[in-house]
Amino acid sequence: MNKTVYVEMRNICKTFGVIRANIDVNFSVLEGEIHGLLGENGAGKSTLVNMLSGIYRPDSGNIFIHGKQVSINSPRHAIDLGIGMIHQHFKLVDVLTAAENIMLGYRNPGFTSRKSMIKSIRDVMTRYGMEVDLNKKIRDMSVSEKQTVEILKVLYRGSKILILDEPTAVLTPQETKKLFAILRNLAETGCAIIIITHKLNEIMEITDRVTVLRQGKSVATVETAKTNIRELTELMVGKPVNLSIERVNTKKGNILLSVKDLTALGEHNVPVLENVNFDMYEGEILGVAGVAGSGQKELCETIAGLYPVAKGDIYFKGENIVGYSPREIIRRGVSMSFIPEDRLGMGLVPSMDMVDNMLLKDYVNQPGITISRKPAKEKAERVLKRLDIQAPSIYTPIRKLSGGNIQKVLLGREIDANPHLLITAYPVRGLDIGASYTIYDLLKEQKQKGVGILYIGEDLDVLLELCDRIMVLCYGRVTGIVDAQSVTKEDLGLMMAGVSPVKKEDAACKL
Amino acid sequence: MIPFLKNAIISGTPLVFGILGAMYNEKAGNLNLGIEGMMLMGAVAGFHIAMATLNPVLALLAAMVFGALGALIYAFLTVTLRANQSVTGLALTIFGTGLSRFWGKRLMGLVLPETFSRNFRPISIPFLSEIPVLGPILSVFLEQDLFVYLSYVAVILSGIYLYHTRMGLNLRAVGENTAAADASGINVTLYKYAHILLGGALCGLGGAYLSLVYVPSWQDNITSGRGWIAIALVIFTSWNPYRAFWGAFLFGGLDIVGFRIQTLNLPVTINQHFLRMLPYIATILVIIVGAIRKSTSHMPPKDLGNPYFREER
Amino acid sequence: MQIVKREGASVKQLVIIRLIAIMAAIIVSSVFIVFLGYDPIRVYINIISGALGSNIRFRSTLLEMVPLVITSLGILVAFKMKFWNIGGEGQILMGAFAATYIALFADWVPKYLVLPVMFIVGFIAGGLWGLIPAFFKAKFGANETIMTLMLNYIATQWVTYLQYGPWRDPNLKGFAKIANFPDHALLPKLFGIHIGFYLSLILVAVISWFLRKTKRGFEIAVVGESVSTARYAGMDISRIIITTMLLSGGLCGITGVIQAAGVNKTLTMNVSSGYGFTAVITTYLSGLSAPRVLVVSFLFAILLQGGSYIQSALQIPQAAADVLQGMILFCALGSEFFARYKVRFAKKNSVSSEVK
Repeated sequence: MNKTVYVEMRNICKTFGVIRANIDVNFSVLEGEIHGLLGENGAGKSTLVNMLSGIYRPDSGNIFIHGKQVSINSPRHAIDLGIGMIHQHFKLVDVLTAAENIMLGYRNPGFTSRKSMIKSIRDVMTRYGMEVDLNKKIRDMSVSEKQTVEILKVLYRGSKILILDEPTAVLTPQETKKLFAILRNLAETGCAIIIITHKLNEIMEITDRVTVLRQGKSVATVETAKTNIRELTELMVGKPVNLSIERVNTKKGNILLSVKDLTALGEHNVPVLENVNFDMYEGEILGVAGVAGSGQKELCETIAGLYPVAKGDIYFKGENIVGYSPREIIRRGVSMSFIPEDRLGMGLVPSMDMVDNMLLKDYVNQPGITISRKPAKEKAERVLKRLDIQAPSIYTPIRKLSGGNIQKVLLGREIDANPHLLITAYPVRGLDIGASYTIYDLLKEQKQKGVGILYIGEDLDVLLELCDRIMVLCYGRVTGIVDAQSVTKEDLGLMMAGVSPVKKEDAACKL
Repeated sequence: MIPFLKNAIISGTPLVFGILGAMYNEKAGNLNLGIEGMMLMGAVAGFHIAMATLNPVLALLAAMVFGALGALIYAFLTVTLRANQSVTGLALTIFGTGLSRFWGKRLMGLVLPETFSRNFRPISIPFLSEIPVLGPILSVFLEQDLFVYLSYVAVILSGIYLYHTRMGLNLRAVGENTAAADASGINVTLYKYAHILLGGALCGLGGAYLSLVYVPSWQDNITSGRGWIAIALVIFTSWNPYRAFWGAFLFGGLDIVGFRIQTLNLPVTINQHFLRMLPYIATILVIIVGAIRKSTSHMPPKDLGNPYFREER
Repeated sequence: MQIVKREGASVKQLVIIRLIAIMAAIIVSSVFIVFLGYDPIRVYINIISGALGSNIRFRSTLLEMVPLVITSLGILVAFKMKFWNIGGEGQILMGAFAATYIALFADWVPKYLVLPVMFIVGFIAGGLWGLIPAFFKAKFGANETIMTLMLNYIATQWVTYLQYGPWRDPNLKGFAKIANFPDHALLPKLFGIHIGFYLSLILVAVISWFLRKTKRGFEIAVVGESVSTARYAGMDISRIIITTMLLSGGLCGITGVIQAAGVNKTLTMNVSSGYGFTAVITTYLSGLSAPRVLVVSFLFAILLQGGSYIQSALQIPQAAADVLQGMILFCALGSEFFARYKVRFAKKNSVSSEVK
């Protein structure tokens, strides 16, 4: 069957400030096809589809629908073009019913009564085999029901181009099966379906073709029938790169951190961490790998006392620190530096200078009600020199510094506090090579001092060369803790996608 | 009793308009503290046009236009220029109060001629009060002037609009979850502007009732704080137009109870001032209880007070 | 056309933007003045001379400044924490109320202690009035904008009740009024201005020091900038909110004491006189800096004082000054936009569509 191209995106580029999210991306979907979009964190998948849904506009490049060039200016425009997006974080109004949410923003000629609209919604439901109580309020619904509403909303408007962003992230296996049946149904009626996921077994199961994005670029488009999980993983993570980080070998010390059956809950009471078990030793770097949103942030925060623990224990030097306040945990020698995607707002105050930011951790220890900035000033100067931070002065507001330097400030501050356990997440995010190596050297130095380092990172090559052991998280569960010197990059990729290294077939992440 | 209730309706009518005006602003997601200013602008504009043209329709239109003009300044500053909503609202109140006082200087002491005021005389329905039980009750609501009837219309139309039309549904979404509304293709900016202006027009009408019917002449600060009471009562009545009506009725009544009691020569100057506190105390209690229980049926629109931009990265 | 968040404007840019705002305000007001049938230049000159033209007028301007400065300091402390305290009016009145009690009814206080005690209770009363919304915000997340606003009117009614009721001066027939304070409860004057003025200058220095040099001041700044960073640093957010509002309300309470004991010489609803609201605007315009509060308040005082002068000199009603004030405020608020965002005009894509 000759399928025509429905949507085509050519040479798409999109930059946010200094972050190049999409670099010359080429992507097309055929009518009646289910096309998978695969890639690691920050590969640019969400950005790309948001340009189809009218949220972002490309900096350069073109979009074609049925061969005709279009410029999608707003969500309304996207809807009019027949593009329907089913978001990962549902865009539904809690206090309204399902029917009301579906009717929201709907424009049709004439004055249609509510009754007839509800009837036509029911028609859509039966046509595609979906079932949901239209009079139920969204806030009373389960996650799967909410997703059904999101899908119905898009179908009701007659969208023929459907984009699903990580749709199975919050579904049980049975619900996933149901969803896939609906998708196949829709594809048969001629819809073009784009599905973003990093669950490789699902890609193999449901898609016709797959496009792999890596670091903002489209690296390959393959036919699913002609590929396999191994090949896809390789495309996704790329070939192993020798970075010459030169791991230092230190004698492993005493046990520093012992995490037992740690469970934490997130939105919709879905677990973000589930029965996590691991130990950490003095003088070792334990890397944490995983797709974004696998629970890394929550792991850091539970240990630091900033996120509630639903179940389980965290033993730091033998003491159970669950329930302690952040300050008490800091006092015991746990230091955390977490660089979020926007690099600010989690350990640093953007409008303040280096001195005041140094003050954040120490001010509490100064006597009396006043603060003296002298020790902070000295600390700032120390950190500036040690990490070679490029800044006009220590009095410059740090938001004026480049992203890399901001990260150095944060890490520098934490290291200067001489912690026993250093948790650092994405410390080299967005840094250039030189700056990154400075950070690696710093971490190696700390390791030699006997500090235990929990290193959460995106770059698998770095993890392989820098860390002693690597723990892989997938949807809040530990899929493996392996020795960094003996594991392969591919294996890591598989574990990140929920495939356990022992059984390479389809042990999917069971939820 | 019946005359008292009738007066309660009259006393509450400016509040009805004020509450509806504030409600539309807040349903669109904007906390507008300039209600008092917009009411005063409408009051003075309506009065001036009434004196000049003796035409009630023109007078009401003028009130609506000037109320909406004040709202337009607020909308432009907060929606397009993303200024702080509370501060802008206060600036609007200062501006509106000043403008009305300034404009009203020439109008001080003037009284509307009979040719105008007869347009707003209460309707009397013969034989109504003689119907047992229902009669007197209905007369409270029905034997009122046309402006009061206009307020009934405003309440009912608002109820129908918000809960039975698609535009009303879209509006509710804008205030509750602006991102969802935007993703549904709703033109958020347009909805905000339109409803902020509508709210301003309604506030203008509320002020005009005071200057054209209730007092009816021009006085400095003719609203005497009713705008602030309206802001309180929107919360107290859970952003619902029908409840707004009853809330206005209740507090309109409480307002005049004070005077009545005074004439009874009881040692009750106490009551009058504490009665005046009631709308505010009631609102505080509603907010506290709402925050403690996080009860969703009486919550403000979730995105109230949050400015919205699409390219947030 | 796209609107993009600005990284952070340089000082030079900020100054230019503010100047443009002032220019815009002057142009808009000039149009208004011409519409009134007056010569704008003459009006401006009169405003300035009315505020600064003679010793007496200058002193009046300084007096006008005092409540603005102190209340603004109070609001500033709260705003720095992003706690929108719109309750200045009520806090001022409660401070005045407490001070009045001491002045008129607390016979057990020795005369020479009356003034200091008035200040202390005024501070506490205002602080407690600010504590109420702070508590509910800290513990339950209740909206503070509305709560502080509502408390204003409760305070106003309370004072009115006292004025017409139990505290009404029996010696005055006719209109209801609370008795004037006895001499020992009035603020003494120094160089022709009551000491409240000097107190306000001291407070500017104190609050400046407080914000810059104390732990609490630092914490306030961090909480205001980023609550999540404050949590990461281990700060107790609830405690910070509550104690800061005690300070904020307390400062407004002091304004109440000063106005009652220095200007009105008694307690009336006019003690607060809109300062609670005007202070919100001056604080906002001062960009949350204590020394700048002094400057902005001074300029405002000129406007207010000059405004009442032109009423008699040029027969322009006082209300016109209010309209001017409003217009200037709008221009200032609007100009903030340009400090925070850049407007970019995107060029159309000119990529040739090659056929593969």
